[in-house]
Amino acid sequence: MTTEELRQATSPQWCSPPVLVAGWGRFPVCEARLCANEDLGLVTPHGSLSRGLGRSYGDAALPAKRGDALTSTVLADRLLSFDPETGILRAEAGCPLWRIIELFLPRGWFPPVTPGTKFVTLGGMVAADVHGKMHHSQGTFGQHVTSVLLEVADGRRIECSPEHETELFDATLGGMGLTGHILEVAFRMQRIPSPWILEEVETFPNVPALLSALHQAGQHWPFTVAWADLLNPPPLFGRGALMKGRWALPHEAPSRLPQPPKSMKLPAVFPNWFLQPWMIRWFNRVYFYRAQRVRGRRVVDPESFFYPLDAVLDWNRVYGPRGFTQYQCVLPAEQGLEAHQRLLDRLLELQAPVFLAVIKDCGQEGRGILSFPRPGISYALDMPLSNRTQQIVDDLNDIVVKGGGRIYLAKDALTRPEHFRSMEPRLERFLTVRRKWDPTLRFRSALSARLFGDDP
Amino acid sequence: MKVIFLGATRGMGRALARELARRGHSLFLLGRSERELEKSARDLELHGAPAPVGYARCDLGQPELFEGALAAAEAALARADTVVVTAGLFATQEELEANAELAAELLQVNFTNTILFCEAARRRLLARGGGTLCVFSSVAGERGRKPVVLYGAAKGGLTRYLEGLDHRYYAQGLRVVTVKPGFVRTSMTIGLKPPPFAGEPDRVAKTVVNAIERGRTVVYAPPIWACIMAVVRRLPRFVMRKVNF
Ligand SMILES: Cc1cc2nc3c(=O)[nH]c(=O)nc-3n(C[C@H](O)[C@H](O)[C@H](O)COP(=O)(O)OP(=O)(O)OC[C@H]3O[C@@H](n4cnc5c(N)ncnc54)[C@H](O)[C@@H]3O)c2cc1C
Ligand SMILES: NC(=O)c1ccc[n+]([C@@H]2O[C@H](COP(=O)([O-])OP(=O)(O)OC[C@H]3O[C@@H](n4cnc5c(N)ncnc54)[C@H](OP(=O)(O)O)[C@@H]3O)[C@@H](O)[C@H]2O)c1
Repeated sequence: MTTEELRQATSPQWCSPPVLVAGWGRFPVCEARLCANEDLGLVTPHGSLSRGLGRSYGDAALPAKRGDALTSTVLADRLLSFDPETGILRAEAGCPLWRIIELFLPRGWFPPVTPGTKFVTLGGMVAADVHGKMHHSQGTFGQHVTSVLLEVADGRRIECSPEHETELFDATLGGMGLTGHILEVAFRMQRIPSPWILEEVETFPNVPALLSALHQAGQHWPFTVAWADLLNPPPLFGRGALMKGRWALPHEAPSRLPQPPKSMKLPAVFPNWFLQPWMIRWFNRVYFYRAQRVRGRRVVDPESFFYPLDAVLDWNRVYGPRGFTQYQCVLPAEQGLEAHQRLLDRLLELQAPVFLAVIKDCGQEGRGILSFPRPGISYALDMPLSNRTQQIVDDLNDIVVKGGGRIYLAKDALTRPEHFRSMEPRLERFLTVRRKWDPTLRFRSALSARLFGDDP
Repeated sequence: MKVIFLGATRGMGRALARELARRGHSLFLLGRSERELEKSARDLELHGAPAPVGYARCDLGQPELFEGALAAAEAALARADTVVVTAGLFATQEELEANAELAAELLQVNFTNTILFCEAARRRLLARGGGTLCVFSSVAGERGRKPVVLYGAAKGGLTRYLEGLDHRYYAQGLRVVTVKPGFVRTSMTIGLKPPPFAGEPDRVAKTVVNAIERGRTVVYAPPIWACIMAVVRRLPRFVMRKVNF
C-alpha cells in the first residue's frame, strides 16, 4: 500500500459524523455530514452541495435530504496568485474574505465588493453573487470575477468566465451552489488611496425622506446604506440614519494602518425570551440619538464601516434556539414608491418584530441569471422566528410580487414556491442551464427542494 | 528566522507556516506532493514570507530522501536556523487493530522515521552552531489510553526522544521545542467527535510561534490541555481501565 492508499483507508471519506447544521439564522436546522479536506477534490465526489462559512441565513447551504453529505470548503483556503499589474487575485473557494482583507488592506488593495460580514468564503460570495454598500457604484461581486474553476456533475472541471462557457458562468453567479462545486475563484481587486474610510452620517425623520436622500447620495458617494427604525410606533416609526462613505485620500487619512477592531464572543446561545421588542425599541432610540450626535464627516476604519455586526462574533445567538430570519427584497423605484409604502404599512399593521432594518440602493442588474439585485431599493429585515413569521413573509411576498420585485435567496428560509415563481421569470432559463450540466440533479439543497421542487 | 518546514501543506502545519510568514520569517517547505508544495509556497509568499519560498520532496515514508531534501533546503535558505516538523499520520485504534499493515506504517512514520529525520536535522543545526528544532508530538503520548494505544505509543516515544535530545545538546546550542497538541480541528480529526476544549489551528499556530520565539521547551496547544493532562496523568489505573478516553 502506498501512503496515499493508507490515508484513504484511515479516513475513507474525510467526513464528520452526522451533525446539526443551519444557516446564520439558525432556522431551519438539519442533520448533515460535513466532508472537508484541504484538497477539495477528495471531498467533492461525496457532496450533494458545497457549503462555505454558513453565513447565508436560511436553507441555501443545507442538504435537501436529512443526513446527506455536504462538501465543506473551509479547509481549501489558499491564495494561489496575485498580479499587482492587473490586481487579479486567484484563490481556493474556501478562502475567507477576512484573510484577503487582512493581507491586502495594508498593501493598498481591497475587494471591489463586500457583503456586510467578512466571515464569508469566496465560493459563497460567487454562489450568492453578493452585493454591498457599493452596489449602485460597483455592482455585484460577480461583475469583478474574471474566472471560476467549477467541478460539474459529471466530475469534469470547467474554467468558466465572461469569455468561456459563459452560460455556465452566468448560472453559477448567484446560482446558490446548484451548478457544481466552485473550486477556485479569480477576481479583480481594487486599488485604494488609503486604508481608511471617510464617513458622513445624516439622520431623517421618515422613510420617504431617507429614500430620497439615499438615492441622491448614490450620485456622489460610492458606499451608501441606511438604517431605519421599523419597530417603534409612529411617529418614531421610519426614522433613520444614512451612512455614506468613500475611501479617504492620503491627506485626509492618518498615516498609520487601522488596527483590526477587537471582536467579542458570545459565550452561549441565549434563551428565547432574552431578546424582547422593548429592548430593541430602546436600542433604536439610542442608535438614532447617537447617529444624530455623530452627524457630519469623520475618518473611520474600513472594518467598522463595512462590518459593524462583526464586532460581536456569533451575534446570531442572542435570538436564542428559535432562531431568526432575514427577509430581504428589492423593489423597483422607477415607477414611484407605492409598493414601498404598502410594505411599510403592512409591517406596521402586522406589528412585525423587525429588530433590524437595513435599506440599500441597488444599481444595474448583473449578469448572474438568478443574481438578486436589480435597480431599486433593497430592504433587509431581521425578525425572530415565531408562529407568525410565515404569515408575515407571505404577506410581504404578495406585495413584492405585485410591485415587480424579488427576494434574496441567500437570506430566504420561508418563501413559498408559488411566490418565488411569480417573482422570477428568470427561473426557467436557470433551470434549463442547470439541467444541461446536471441532468440527474446531483446538486441540490434544502432551498432547491423547497423552491424549485427538487426531490429531497 | 530561516525555517525548514516539514508538513506545511495542511492542518496545523499550514496555519503555523502562515503565522511565521506573517511575521516575515523565511521558509523552505518539505513534503510529499510537489503540486501541494507549490500551491502552499505561493500562499505563504502572499502571506508575507520573503519570496521565493522554495520546496523539495521529502516523504516520511522514504528516509533515503531526508539528507537530500535538507541539503536542498540549506542551499536555498543559506544558514537555516530552525527546523519544524508537523508531519504525521493518524488512525483510530480500531482501524489500526484491523489493519496490521497500516499499524506498521504508522509506527514507522510517526516514530522511527520522524526520529531519523530529526537526527538528520539535528546534525545540520549543530554543525552550524545550534538552532531550533520544533516537533509536533501529541498529548496522546502522555498516558496509555484506550482510544490511542498505538498512535500514543509512537508519540510517547517521540516525546521521550525529544526530551533526551534537549538534555544532551542544550549546551551546544540546540533548542528543542516539543509541541503537544490536544484535540485540534483539522482534516486529521474530521471523522471524530470533537471533545470539549477542541482547538483551532490558527490559535495553535500563534501559541507555537510565540513558544519558538521565546524558546520554550514544551508547549501544550491549546494551553488548557496542560491542565487536562495533569489530571489524566494522575488518574489511578483502575479508572483508566474503566473510562473510554
Ligand atoms: C451579518 C451578515 C451580513 C451580510 N450582508 C450581506 C450583504 O450585505 N450582501 C450580501 O449579498 N450578502 C450578505 N450576507 C449574506 C452572505 O454574504 C452570503 O450568504 C454568502 O453567500 C455567505 O457565504 P458563505 O461562505 O458563508 O456561504 P454559505 O452560507 O456556506 O453558502 C451560501 C451558498 O453558497 C453556496 N456555496 C458556498 N460555497 C460554495 C462553493 N465553493 N461552490 C459552490 N457553491 C458554494 C452554498 O451551496 C449556498 O447555496 C450577509 C450575511 C451575514 C451573516
Ligand atoms: N489534529 C489533532 O487533533 C492532533 C492532536 C495531537 C497531535 N497532532 C499531531 O500534530 C501534527 C499535525 O497534525 P494535523 O492535524 O495538522 O495533521 P494534518 O492536517 O493531517 O497534516 C499533516 C501534515 O503532515 C504531512 N504528512 C503526512 N504524512 C506525511 C509523510 N509520510 N511524509 C511527509 N509529510 C507527511 C501532510 O502532508 P500532505 O499534504 O502530503 O498530506 C500534512 O502537511 C501531527 O504530527 C499530528 O500527529 C494532531
